[in-house]
Amino acid sequence: MNIVVPIKLVPDLVEELEIDDDGTDLDRDFLSLRINEFCDHALEEALQLKDAHGATVTVLALDGDETDKVLYTALAKGADRAIKITGIDGAATSRQTANAVANALEGIDYDLVLTGVQAADDRDGQLPVLLASRLGIPHVSVVSEVAIDGDAIHIKKEYAGGVTATLRAKPRVVLGVQAARETPRYAPVSRVRQIMKEAELDEVEAGDVGAGATSSVRRMFTPDKGEGAEMIEGDADAIAAKLAEILNAKRS
Amino acid sequence: MSQDIFVVAEHLRGTLADVTFELLGKGRELADATGGALVAVLLGGDAAALAGGLGIADGVVHVDHPSLAEFNPESASAALVEVVAQRSPRLLLVANTSMGMDLAAAVAVRRDVPLVAYATDVALDGDALVATSQLYGGKIYTESVLDGPSSVVSVLAGSFPAAAGKRDGSPTVDAIAAPADIDTGRIEFVALDEPEGGDVDITAQEALVCVGRGIQSEDNIPLAEALAKALGGAVCSSRPIVDSKWLPKTRQVGKSGVKVAPKIYVTLGVSGAPEHIEGMKDAELIIAINTDENAPIFEYAHYGVTEDLFDVVPPLTEKLES
Ligand SMILES: Cc1cc2nc3c(=O)[nH]c(=O)nc-3n(C[C@H](O)[C@H](O)[C@H](O)COP(=O)(O)OP(=O)(O)OC[C@H]3O[C@@H](n4cnc5c(N)ncnc54)[C@H](O)[C@@H]3O)c2cc1C
Ligand SMILES: Nc1ncnc2c1ncn2[C@@H]1O[C@H](COP(=O)(O)O)[C@@H](O)[C@H]1O
Repeated sequence: MNIVVPIKLVPDLVEELEIDDDGTDLDRDFLSLRINEFCDHALEEALQLKDAHGATVTVLALDGDETDKVLYTALAKGADRAIKITGIDGAATSRQTANAVANALEGIDYDLVLTGVQAADDRDGQLPVLLASRLGIPHVSVVSEVAIDGDAIHIKKEYAGGVTATLRAKPRVVLGVQAARETPRYAPVSRVRQIMKEAELDEVEAGDVGAGATSSVRRMFTPDKGEGAEMIEGDADAIAAKLAEILNAKRS
Repeated sequence: MSQDIFVVAEHLRGTLADVTFELLGKGRELADATGGALVAVLLGGDAAALAGGLGIADGVVHVDHPSLAEFNPESASAALVEVVAQRSPRLLLVANTSMGMDLAAAVAVRRDVPLVAYATDVALDGDALVATSQLYGGKIYTESVLDGPSSVVSVLAGSFPAAAGKRDGSPTVDAIAAPADIDTGRIEFVALDEPEGGDVDITAQEALVCVGRGIQSEDNIPLAEALAKALGGAVCSSRPIVDSKWLPKTRQVGKSGVKVAPKIYVTLGVSGAPEHIEGMKDAELIIAINTDENAPIFEYAHYGVTEDLFDVVPPLTEKLES
């Protein structure tokens, strides 16, 4: 089975996010980018399938800051091939990105595409569904387990309240992965460094990504702090005392 | 140009999802503003039975086919694309749920209309619709302008009161024939499974201590357990804790876990992503401990602390015990 995992780089949410002077986008000059955590899960699930059934795993990402590092890390974890998609900038819409990924897939023999279920910066729709529609193949979102049984792919889709559905698909299909069956593996820095010396990243052109219907951002803003929590200050002991008082009052 | 507002009426096992009523309440308000009709879209299901709960809508459209008996992303997308192709609503509201995530983008791209996702509000501003989205794990909001003739907005659950959309009645049901591509057989439904029981029922607790990724290691869970015990309650968690197998799935609060509304909810190292907030924002008293002063959880908490949880929790537990 040939599995493709498209990887997205997103701002690290631990860092402070600043809005640009126009007030319609993040100030991208100082952003530190990292792999979208759900892509990490998609990659892990692909590698689990490879370990169990001997699949090949191809990762691909749009060219940009940190792309090389993220792709080499994926190779260090066990992916077989890494592709950089060039000629499309990070400001592309989800639809354009889906078209770029679809164009790249034309040159790849694939059975299964595992994407992350969503990304924190996605305003205009989740790529797995856009990509599948563009490729004319089915999709399933919010997937937490994938099992291969001969020619059948068993998929666990999660609903609210812990209810899950099992669906069966045949290749080709796009799955939006919410969680891998195991915590995503870790690649030691030394291994990543070694791979950087040994392995090559392939490059393909994004090609025609079209436009597609879109909306415009009129304003970007941070939530109004005034409406939030009453903050309790002081040293740990004073804070604990105040919290105990609040909790005891509520309990009685 | 149609001024109608369409809402996908999500149902599982013969019951309409709560979020559907949220969307219908909002849809009513928008339809009154645009002068169009509010129409609920039922894909599969027993229309006669379900329509009775959709009294707030001016009408119901129903697509039926054996492949829609259980949710199948492919069949449901094809059916919804057909509805939108025939009726071209000004706005299609879809919940940003597991089912909705399979539908919203499929319809938007196949009908070539814009989609705004993760919305917490939609309003008519002059001639345009404006959708507010919650992005970056809840840290940033955007307002998107939808000024075309037709668009799709997917809405985060918990954004509007469900009560506003609950009205019994008997709206007329229009059947729309299933499109030819509704069942390609490429995706088959196999089974629906309930969560495993047997663990503490966190929905029945008066006090919950919720651990998030800030707890750092499985070895630190007992710290939260001691606090929960002092409060007479139980420990629950955000999703990554369950994905790491540090706690069973039965303890997960949020979109793909359970919804809770205890008297007391104390969070330890939880950022407050929208998918978590959805499951706990109705708790009576929320106290959040998180070192990041910009963590979205502080928007929902009543009291907040930006100290290290490992410094605050032990003395707090001690004080509650004495
Ligand atoms: C379809 C879908 C369904 C989902 N369903 C759910 C769900 O049901 N429930 C759920 O919770 N999530 C769910 N998620 C995941 C959700 O998007 C977030 O990834 C998750 O809620 C984040 O968990 P967290 O807050 O524990 O971790 P993080 O976001 O990583 O936050 C950890 C926090 O801990 C703080 N911290 C670190 N160290 C300390 C310290 N020493 N003291 C105090 N604070 C500290 C940090 O500042 C940070 O804010 C879902 C996602 C998707 C896409
Ligand atoms: N620019 C991108 N490059 C590669 N993969 C992407 C990109 N954008 C989205 N994806 C994939 O689609 C998933 C969902 O992201 P999004 O569509 O942004 O919600 C990600 O986890 C990736 O697997």
